[in-house]
Amino acid sequence: MRAAEGIIKCLQEEGVEVVFGYPGGAVLPIYESLRQSGIRHVLTRHEQAAGHSASGYARATGKTGVCIVTSGPGATNLITAIANSYMDSTPIVAITGQVRSGLIGKDVFQEADIIGSTASFTKHSYLIKDAEEIPRIIKEAFHIASTGRPGPVLIDIPVDIQSKEIAFKYPEEINIRGYKPNINGHKLQIKKAVEAIKNSKKPLICLGGGVISAKAEREADELIEKGGIPVVHTLMGKGSIKDKSPYYLGLIGSHGNYHCNRALANADVLILIGTRVGDRAIRDQSLFSHGATIIHIDIDPAEIGKNLSSMIPVVGDAKNILDQMAKDMESLDTQAWIREINSWKRERNNDSKHSIGVEPKAVLDILSRKVDMNAVLTADVGQNQIWAAHNFIIDGERKFFTSGGLGTMGYAIPSAIGAKIGMPDRQIIAVMGDGSFQMSFSELGTLIQENLKILFLMFNNRRLGMVRELQTNAHWDTFGIELSHNPDFIKIFEAYGLQGTRVESNDEFKNALDKALTSDKSFIIECIIDPNLSTL
Amino acid sequence: MSKISGLFARRGYNIDSLTVGETEDPHISRMTIVVKDDESIVEQINKQLNKLIDVIKIIELSEQRSVFRELALIKISLNQSNRSVITETVNIFRGNIIDVDNKSIIVEVTGSNDKITAFIELVKPYGIKEMVRTGLTALERGNSK
Repeated sequence: MRAAEGIIKCLQEEGVEVVFGYPGGAVLPIYESLRQSGIRHVLTRHEQAAGHSASGYARATGKTGVCIVTSGPGATNLITAIANSYMDSTPIVAITGQVRSGLIGKDVFQEADIIGSTASFTKHSYLIKDAEEIPRIIKEAFHIASTGRPGPVLIDIPVDIQSKEIAFKYPEEINIRGYKPNINGHKLQIKKAVEAIKNSKKPLICLGGGVISAKAEREADELIEKGGIPVVHTLMGKGSIKDKSPYYLGLIGSHGNYHCNRALANADVLILIGTRVGDRAIRDQSLFSHGATIIHIDIDPAEIGKNLSSMIPVVGDAKNILDQMAKDMESLDTQAWIREINSWKRERNNDSKHSIGVEPKAVLDILSRKVDMNAVLTADVGQNQIWAAHNFIIDGERKFFTSGGLGTMGYAIPSAIGAKIGMPDRQIIAVMGDGSFQMSFSELGTLIQENLKILFLMFNNRRLGMVRELQTNAHWDTFGIELSHNPDFIKIFEAYGLQGTRVESNDEFKNALDKALTSDKSFIIECIIDPNLSTL
Repeated sequence: MSKISGLFARRGYNIDSLTVGETEDPHISRMTIVVKDDESIVEQINKQLNKLIDVIKIIELSEQRSVFRELALIKISLNQSNRSVITETVNIFRGNIIDVDNKSIIVEVTGSNDKITAFIELVKPYGIKEMVRTGLTALERGNSK
């Protein structure tokens, strides 16, 4: 069998139904085999989008996303998407073509050392030198990407290797000496953690993205309900708990709610689950000098003690650890503590600044009340992201995806496309600013080609709002942030054969939303907003 | 190798020395890395290295239970007056003279880091023309494994 055919066969063995890609000279043998296979190929308009779509697909389906691009610029264009999925622990397998093995290192046409370029943000990577190793390597790649703490795995395949003849046999077992993720939490540590919570007066649970990766939402909820423990979440943890839970407080972090951050600082037992306590989540580590007992549950032992030293570390899969903890939990008297936290609630200060256009908070409230209970919202990066994170109500089976760790602008559209392909029956909403839209609106081409329906919600302030705000907060004059030559965005949609409406008031938004939701095609609602609005 | 040195560089850990070579199993190579840092940083280094799929095992070697060796090649300026005293010093340190011409001598010294440093200090006044040190390599004693 030709190695290229073997590669596709491996993907089929792994249950891959769709690959996002962008072909070129160094992957043509793979594309020839892909053409003859039943696997759906989604041609994106840029390699970075192929990576982001694979990431959106992975987050929607819980499966590993796959993207294939060519060597050189194809591979380097993919770099941001790989780094993005590394930071957000999203399982993707990226296959890059490479120049002929004999020419590697000679700086030939479209050659780039992609393994070296991505070494610091791939979970693992392979340069295939022997075609016979393809089945083993691909099987390992999917295993590594999807188990333990998920992440991107890169496979670089020289074009001559793709055309070699191999004896194909898909391995049944995996044995990687240096990779044995710890799944089961240590019994004694779990017991210690439960005891510490039982003895606490002011317990607080903080849910991170790891809870979603581990599909541990139900178990987390059981622990919260049974113990009556108030709960906050990180940006990546949005979607792990329903807003209507009586114990739900909100978002922590530099763009979080004041009362949630204050709750973190005042808890006597803090239970961190699947969160690396990144700098945006917990900016001021001195908050923790008050001597709270910190329980840290994570599948990645390196996260424990990296940013915050914990007293009771539990390494393992959140799903089974939380399940065990919930079983032994008893109801705690936390009413006074929850009342105390709620008394710290502060009104947002935007209302005073809002003078023209629509109000983002109101728009997202209206949206939350209208869209399906299983809708998926992808948020880009910037003010739009934080508005969405605060105001899109998580209920039912709703999901929220955003680029949390890397903060990659242009993520919302391609990840929405990936999510829609993964979950065709769900309503998908992509939220963005006028800046982030222009980073990836070429993907409208992909959208139409695949006949997908996505609702676009754009906040247009004719500038890079978040950067403007950072400059203002630092008492600098605003500079380099104005997008004064924006095109007519509705016309762009029309040029692609789609529709849209520009709205300048909350009432207009309501009407536009009704129209968008009944439209049979993708639809954009462009919301004109006050450029002086702040994020919180 | 590049993955490991890269990890140190990008996470800002300081490496004192790093040596690598074959082991009893030809499929496995062994690196000896010397770092000087707080316990918490060393723990992080340990964990981050463990995350690399190619890393099979990490052993922290304690000074008491391990043997350490380093090798240095030192080219020293030679003249009629210092020749015998250099030879004597080499003998005291159980080094070997491995090359000599009428202007210089190359000496090989093996041992602990301190011993080599002491030797270097002693011969420095005669003029060290060139020097290369391997960095530390080490094994745990007896059957502590």
